[in-house]
Amino acid sequence: MSAPHPVTTVDLAETPLRDLNRTLHQARQGSFRVLNPRGAHAVACGIDADIAVEVHGSVGYYCAGMHQKGSVYVDGNASTGLAENIMSGTVRITGSATMSAGATGHGGLVVIEGNAGARCGISLKGADIVVGGNVGHMSAFMAQAGNLVVLGDAGADLGDSVYEANMYVRGEVESLGADAIAKDLRPEHARTLAGLLAAAGMEADPWDFKRYGSARSLYNFHIDDIDAELARRAG
Amino acid sequence: MSRPGDSWRLRESYTFDRHVIAEIHRAANTGVYRIRGWGAKRKMPILDDLVFLGASMSRYPLEGYRESCGTDLVIGEERAARPLRIDIPITIAGMSFGSLSAQAKEALGRGASAMGTSTTSGDGGMLPEEREHSSKLVYQYLPSRYGQNPDDLRRGDAIEVVVGQGAKPGGGGILLGQKVSERVAGMRTLPSGIDQRSACRHPDWTGPDDLQIKIHELREIVDWQVPIFVKIGAARPFYDTALAVKAGADAVVVDGLQGGTAATQDVFIEHVGIPTIAAIPEATRALQDLDVHRGSVKLIASGGIRSGADVAKALALGADAVSIGTAALIALGDNDPAYDDEYRKLGSAAGFWDDLQDGTDPAGIATQDPRLTARLDPVIGGRRLANYLQVLTMETQTIARACGKSHVSNLEPEDLAALTVEAAAMAQVPVAGTDWIPGARR
Repeated sequence: MSAPHPVTTVDLAETPLRDLNRTLHQARQGSFRVLNPRGAHAVACGIDADIAVEVHGSVGYYCAGMHQKGSVYVDGNASTGLAENIMSGTVRITGSATMSAGATGHGGLVVIEGNAGARCGISLKGADIVVGGNVGHMSAFMAQAGNLVVLGDAGADLGDSVYEANMYVRGEVESLGADAIAKDLRPEHARTLAGLLAAAGMEADPWDFKRYGSARSLYNFHIDDIDAELARRAG
Repeated sequence: MSRPGDSWRLRESYTFDRHVIAEIHRAANTGVYRIRGWGAKRKMPILDDLVFLGASMSRYPLEGYRESCGTDLVIGEERAARPLRIDIPITIAGMSFGSLSAQAKEALGRGASAMGTSTTSGDGGMLPEEREHSSKLVYQYLPSRYGQNPDDLRRGDAIEVVVGQGAKPGGGGILLGQKVSERVAGMRTLPSGIDQRSACRHPDWTGPDDLQIKIHELREIVDWQVPIFVKIGAARPFYDTALAVKAGADAVVVDGLQGGTAATQDVFIEHVGIPTIAAIPEATRALQDLDVHRGSVKLIASGGIRSGADVAKALALGADAVSIGTAALIALGDNDPAYDDEYRKLGSAAGFWDDLQDGTDPAGIATQDPRLTARLDPVIGGRRLANYLQVLTMETQTIARACGKSHVSNLEPEDLAALTVEAAAMAQVPVAGTDWIPGARR
C-alpha cells in the first residue's frame, strides 16, 4: 500500500492563477488545497487527472470548467458557469452558484448544496446535477441528456425545448418551458434518483419528487403537403 | 387563335416574379419556411465591383515569375506559446461533420495540409478523420457545444469561438433529420433522425465582458498554448470587431452576407447581414482604431471568396487572410455538371442545386448516405482542393506583384478603385477615375 500523498497548498494571494492551473494540469495524482481564491475566474479549470482539489473561499466564473476525472470541492459560492462542460469526476460547492451551473456537461456529477441561478444545466449532455436548494429560470434549457435534481423549487420555463434529459423537482415548478411536460416517476426513475441523491450526500425520499421531460413534439418540423393530399383524392 | 408576337404581351411582375410566386405556392402547400443550403443568391455589391490600380509610372511592379511575393501569416504570436503559422492567406472555413460527409471533411484536411494552411471543425465536434489529415486544425467553440470536450480543445491548433456566421448572424445551425445519422447523433448526444436546431447563443456567457472571461478560461484550459479566434457574422462589424479585440481575441473572423451554410431559412440567408465588401473595411477600421491592425490581432474575412482577385481585394481592404467554404466544396465537386441528371431528378440542376440540407447530394459531399459518400474519394478531393488553393495563391501573388508588393499583406486600399458608387461607399475607396469616396469618414 503506497503512502498517502501530502496535500499541496496553493495560496492565490501569492501565486498567479496561471501557475495554479498549470500545476493542476501537470499533476497525475495527489491533493491540493487552494486558499484565497477571492472570486477569481477559471479556478481549477481543465483538470484531467484523478486529483482532489479543495478551494477555500468563493470563486468567480468557470470554476472547474471542462473538468475531467478528479474532484473539485469549493467551500463557498461560485459565479457563472460552474463546472461548465464537465466530462467526468465530481464538482461540489457548499454555497450557491449563479448562472449556467453545469452548462453543457457531458458526464460526471455536479453538487450544489445551496441554490443555483438561471439556466442551471442548460444544454446538459449527460452529466448529473444535484441542487440542494432552488434553481432559477430556464434551467435545463435544451438539455439533451443527463439528470437535473432539484430538492427545492424551480423557476420559470423549466426544461424549455428539452430533449432526453430528466428533471426531478421536489418543490414547486413555477412553469414548464416549451415542450416540457410532467412524466410518471416509475421505479427505475426512483432508483436512479436514489443513486444520485446518495452520490450527492443528500437525504430525500425519491418518491417526493416529480419527474419532467420532453413531450418530443419539437423533434421534427411539421410539414403539411396539401398538393399530395389532393393528388391522392383525385386517385 | 395565337399570332406571332402574342408572347410579347406577357410581362412578368418585378415584384411578383416567378421565384416569388413559386415560393408563395410552396409556403401555402407546406406551412413551413424554406430551408436550404448554399449562401445568398440575391444581387448585391461584391468584390467584382472593385479593380486594382496596377503599377505604372509612379509605382514599380515586381517581376511576375521571378521576384518573391510572400504569402505567409502568423496568428497569435503575442499570447500563444504555439502561434498558428500558415503558408498562404487562405484557410478553410468551419463546416460540420453532419452537414458534410466524413470523406468531405477528410478531403478538406488533405487539401489544406498540402498547401500549408488550416481547416476548421464545425458544429458537431472534431472528426478523427479530419484531425488525422489536417496538419493545422482550428477547433470551433460553438453555442451548441455538440461534442465539445477538453481533449479535442487541446488537440486543436487554434480555438475559434463562434458568435455568428454570415449566412445567419443571430441564428443557430440547422441539421435536418435526414442527415442526423447514428454517428452524427452520437457525436452530438441527440436522438437520431430529429430535425436538429442548434442554439444561437452561448449557454454560459452573454456579452463582451463575459466573453473576455470565457476566452481567459479557454486559455487557462490549454495552458496558453494556442491562439483564440472570434468569428462573427457581418452585421455590425465595427463594434463586434472592437469588442472581440477587447475580449482578447488573437484573430477576428468576419463572415459576410454571402457566407454559405448547409441549412438555414432562406429568409435568413437572403435578408440578414451585410455584404463582405462592406464588412471588411468596417472591421479594419476597428482594428486600426485600437492600433492592432496588421499587428497583434489578425482579420480573417470570408463570404463569397472565389478567386485570387477576391483574395487580393479582401487583403487590400484590410484582411490578413480569407476563409473559403462554398468555393472549397465546389472544388471538391459540388454542383458538378457530371451529376446533372441526378440534380434534375432532385428538381434542380447542376449549377443551381442548393439543397445541401436534405442529405441527397449526388457529389457525396453534403450527405451521410453511404451510397453517395462513397463517390467522394478523399485523396482525389484533397488534390482538387490543393490545386484550387494553389491557383488562388498564384492569382493573389500575380495581382500583388502587379501592384509592386513583395508580400500580399502589403496590399492596401490605395491600390483599389470602385466601379460603382455603392461599392465605393461600402469599400471606402474612390470611384474609378475620381477621388470621390461616397460617405468618406474624415
